[in-house]
Amino acid sequence: MNTHRKHILGVIGGVLAAQLASPALAAGLPQLDIATFTPQLVWLAITFVVLYLLMSRIALPRIGQVIEERQHRIEDNLAKAETLRADAAEAEASYEAALAKARADAHSVMVEVHDQVASEAAAKLADLSAKLDDNLKQAEDRLVQEKEKALESLGEIATEVTRALTEQLTGGDVSDKDISKAVGTALEARQ
Amino acid sequence: MANPLEQFTIKTLVPIQLGEVNASLTNAGLFMVLTVAAVTLFLTLGMTRRAAVPGRWQSMAELSYEFIAGMIRDNVGNEGRRYFPFVFSLFMFILFANLIGMIPYSFTFTSHIAVTFTMAMVVFLGVTVIAIIRHGLHFFSFFLPTGVPMVMAPILVPIEVLSYLSRPISLSIRLFANMMAGHTMIKVFAGFVIPLGILGGWAPLTVIVALTAFEFLVAFLQAYVFTVLTCLYLNDAIHLH
Repeated sequence: MNTHRKHILGVIGGVLAAQLASPALAAGLPQLDIATFTPQLVWLAITFVVLYLLMSRIALPRIGQVIEERQHRIEDNLAKAETLRADAAEAEASYEAALAKARADAHSVMVEVHDQVASEAAAKLADLSAKLDDNLKQAEDRLVQEKEKALESLGEIATEVTRALTEQLTGGDVSDKDISKAVGTALEARQ
Repeated sequence: MANPLEQFTIKTLVPIQLGEVNASLTNAGLFMVLTVAAVTLFLTLGMTRRAAVPGRWQSMAELSYEFIAGMIRDNVGNEGRRYFPFVFSLFMFILFANLIGMIPYSFTFTSHIAVTFTMAMVVFLGVTVIAIIRHGLHFFSFFLPTGVPMVMAPILVPIEVLSYLSRPISLSIRLFANMMAGHTMIKVFAGFVIPLGILGGWAPLTVIVALTAFEFLVAFLQAYVFTVLTCLYLNDAIHLH
């Protein structure tokens, strides 16, 4: 392990030594070689001026134009979308109004029909109940008559029964006058 | 064994001499040309269809446009629109230079202080000229913040002037040092992969993979920082605080 490390350190040291000892470094930084300045600066001036002219005359106007056109198009489309949106809102409003009107109409028609039906029904009901009352009254009257009739015939029946019973019991004849008197008192006592 | 700084060496490809001036095409110059070509192709080819609903490529082109446009809008305001082409060119130039520099065997010209300092000086001088044109002598009130008692002026003014003058230095060194350090680190770790062999070489290789991912972040971030600071300086020049 130790010899390995020594070996690696030796290699690193050797590389660094070779790099530092080379003639270029001994001559100093290449950047500080004043003789190379003028050709560099001459070409820097030429190339940068050319680049500036190419950029300001050709490249940048083109890009700027394309971006501007796109911006215009987007604005146009936005404006168009805005008018379409306004149209749609208007259409919706008129639709809403029409719907509300239709609803109100339907409601008034319904109320009218309802009122009409209700009044008709009320009239019919009143008619019916009047008729029913009438019928009831007639029935009651008839009932009273029947009852009276029944009560009247009750006396006759009672007289007949009494006669038959007394004949059976006594074997003799009893006068009609007596029987009706007795029945009359008995009926009166019952009532 | 390769020196980790060798990758920064400027090599002359086509010697050109214009009078007294050495205008040779170097590897740095070549990659500047490639960067300009890449930026231009990226932006123009992506926009050929001019689609209202953009594809991926067109989206990226528009995204970079809107990224810088938004940056100027947020940091400078409406007056910054005039400087949009310059700020955009600056951002794309640095970003593509950094990203192309991530390709193995390519060259990262933003790792050279001469280039970054020149760009920083252009920004610094341009911003100062804009400020003086807009505000005249009033510009110098910038070095005395409002509401500060006059007693403090002898101390504060030199500090403000110094901090103003150090802007191009910090701006250029930040970019150059970040790019150089990242590429050097990757190279140093790369030097260990083969000597440590099939068993030990995996450790530096893993570090390289992580560093590479990190460097892509740095490539974007440094372009962003350079541009944002340019916007802030522009804002100072236009609004004086």
